[in-house]
Amino acid sequence: MDQSRRDVLRAGGGAGVFALLAAAGMLQPEAAFAAEWNQKAFEAKNVKDALDALGAGTPINSNDIVMSAPEIAENGAVVPVGAVSKIPGTESISILIAKNPTSLAASFDIPSGTEASVSTRVKLAETTDVHVLVKAQGKYYITKKEVKVTIGGCGG
Amino acid sequence: MADPMRIRATAKDGGINVKILMAHEMETGQRKDSAGKPIPAHFITHVSAMWQGKEVLSANWGPAIAKNPFLEFNFKGGKKGEKIQVTWTDNKGEKRTDEASIN
Repeated sequence: MDQSRRDVLRAGGGAGVFALLAAAGMLQPEAAFAAEWNQKAFEAKNVKDALDALGAGTPINSNDIVMSAPEIAENGAVVPVGAVSKIPGTESISILIAKNPTSLAASFDIPSGTEASVSTRVKLAETTDVHVLVKAQGKYYITKKEVKVTIGGCGG
Repeated sequence: MADPMRIRATAKDGGINVKILMAHEMETGQRKDSAGKPIPAHFITHVSAMWQGKEVLSANWGPAIAKNPFLEFNFKGGKKGEKIQVTWTDNKGEKRTDEASIN
């Protein structure tokens, strides 16, 4: 065998073969992206524009979305937010942060068999309303909670 | 390759509770370095969790998710010993998949 071929493979190191296979398209992700990253929504600078970009129109205010978030966030860089949707047929849950430079923080797609309940941690630039948007059976619902921030979380 | 995720999948109440801690800078692109130059955005844009060939969660993220992201969710079914795979992809096209057994 060519010594040079051996050298090329060896030079690739541990990641080399993996990279070759990936480049050859032989490693396919099992899950296609359920939804493409919505650039317009993620770059919207306020909640209204983000809702428009998400196609959510004017969501219905709902008490059937239960949010957990602290009254006061000690550290704006790491604020726990949880959302449970009791609305039947919930397809997605999104978190929007009104006073962040860009309002849409996350969108979770809930396949059937998965509970409509997510928890994560977000950055808050300053005291703000945190909104949770739910899409259920083609309609949009929303609720919000104010979170006070003493030390802002965007580091800017 | 980036640091591994920590995944804990626990069977309870007829379903599985999944907690994930990912290692990622989640740089917003808002910060500037000491020379005043903006630090480029570098954040996870997509997360997917798989169980038995079925996608049990999918998420699109922006940079407001906190550094070293935490994620928790629950799905029905699942048994001890079965595996969960979690994959994240970021805005630079970097990707990481980790796997854990349900216990």
